[in-house]
Amino acid sequence: MEVKQIKELITGEVHTCADRMDIVIKSACGADLMSDVMAFSKENAMLLTGLVNPQVIRTAEMMDIQVVVFVRGKKPTAEMCELAEEKGIVLLSTELTMFTACGILYKAGIAGKGSGCE
Amino acid sequence: MSSIIKKEYDIPANDFSLAGEASSNVRKLLTQLGVNPTVIKRTSIAMYEAELNVVIHGNGGKARVEIFEDKIEILVYDEGPGIEDIELAMKEGYSTAPDFIREMGFGAGMGLSNIKKNSDRFVLESEPNKGTRVYITIYLY
Repeated sequence: MEVKQIKELITGEVHTCADRMDIVIKSACGADLMSDVMAFSKENAMLLTGLVNPQVIRTAEMMDIQVVVFVRGKKPTAEMCELAEEKGIVLLSTELTMFTACGILYKAGIAGKGSGCE
Repeated sequence: MSSIIKKEYDIPANDFSLAGEASSNVRKLLTQLGVNPTVIKRTSIAMYEAELNVVIHGNGGKARVEIFEDKIEILVYDEGPGIEDIELAMKEGYSTAPDFIREMGFGAGMGLSNIKKNSDRFVLESEPNKGTRVYITIYLY
């Protein structure tokens, strides 16, 4: 599914890399704990999180995560947006809760990959 | 065999906005060299976890990275308080990270075991009050 469809499904707002809306996402993970993203999410290209700090962008970079969605109405800071633009990472935000945002995307065909998912 | 590229990075203490900068740099370098993406990811994860440990626990330190024809060798070290019980520190879920680190999304006690999982060779040397040295080797092929 392309990022632009994801944005529509979760009524998202785009904060960075608006020119990369055609990235195709097949699987995602939802976590507020970056330690877990580092340890359990090796194959996902999208992260949904309620955590807002620059280390979210760093973690995304290290894990080849190309899209980060901030849930529960949280917005990335200017510093985070600058870092994400530099790394080519798309940042979206949605007013939806983590559970609802993940549910909508899962139902629409985005899978979860990693320990315990297969 | 001598290394093709040798780099040294400073890891500043308690500066979370910069934590990961060294790993990001190495990642860029490996990408430019056309290294296999799986190897790049394993190297990034291992080095970033080690770098974060130095920021969180080690009062800052350094990273030395050497890229050879067949492998990457990384040494991440600090002169911080050291680890009293290495076996316990290696246990998944065990962490001495303070609350503010947990609020930043880290300190779940997965770091050291995750470094080990992503390395082909992993050596941890530490003694109380004598700092910590993490040696990571990852083969390119």
